[in-house]
Amino acid sequence: MSEPQAWVEGQELAAQTYRVTRADLVRYAGASGDFNPIHWSDRIARSVGLPGVIAHGMFTMALAGRALTTWAGRADAVIEYGVRFTKPVVVPDDDTGAEVVVAGVVRSIIDGQAQVDLTVTSGGEKVLAQARARLRVAGGSAGSTGVP
Amino acid sequence: MALDPSFVGRSYPPTPPYRVGREKIREFVEAIGATDPAYTDPDAARALGYPDVVAPPTFPIVLTLAAGQSVIDDLGIEYARVVHGDQRFAYTRPVVAGDELVCVCTVEEIMSRGGHDFVTTRVDVSDTAGAPVVSVWTRLVVRGDA
Repeated sequence: MSEPQAWVEGQELAAQTYRVTRADLVRYAGASGDFNPIHWSDRIARSVGLPGVIAHGMFTMALAGRALTTWAGRADAVIEYGVRFTKPVVVPDDDTGAEVVVAGVVRSIIDGQAQVDLTVTSGGEKVLAQARARLRVAGGSAGSTGVP
Repeated sequence: MALDPSFVGRSYPPTPPYRVGREKIREFVEAIGATDPAYTDPDAARALGYPDVVAPPTFPIVLTLAAGQSVIDDLGIEYARVVHGDQRFAYTRPVVAGDELVCVCTVEEIMSRGGHDFVTTRVDVSDTAGAPVVSVWTRLVVRGDA
């Protein structure tokens, strides 16, 4: 795991790139219990107007969650985490799959907690909006606002 | 077809306790490809002050998805038409292996817009003593006929 980032307001967090294949969706379906056929059947996905099989929104959210704990350097960092799913991540039936890129910026640091705004894209398009998290970070930097 | 708005405010009875297993966490962690040691190594989790391995931030969906299923069933929603709109977790503490967790699901909002229906549920997850662990909001979009 990479070294935790320095936590400074305005800090850009190192973008993390994840690859998603059909096999990943099958594994995630089993682990999460979400067997919605739009995540494994092109036929059913198209019948409801989707371009094809799409990733579980929660899988994309989990990948962005990996970025959060990687940046924070601790598994228990997340205090609050919310997203809006704006565009599906379409996962082609090939060996390459789709790519999800998670970038973040530190909006504020208050009382050892960092507010992070996430930008999550696939194929250059935003797939999440209003993606934000509040993280427990080891000692916010001196001089950050709100630290008593 | 619009969803029945009289469901707003309805709370479902608490689910039977769900015992969080170390290996269930490992299965979920492997599925999302996470590598933080405290997810799979009890010693690493203890070093952070937890009694056993910690679950990743989105793990509670395993419980809350099932807890919210009765809402989908009762509203007569066809599951293939459901896409996920919004999702939020607010933690009191992380979920750890060995937890026995109870879910109470409440329907917060039902609305229609642009030919689609929207339903928002909140699942309050607590331990069997009633101490809160995490609250989980899910907004589903039920796609109208194209």
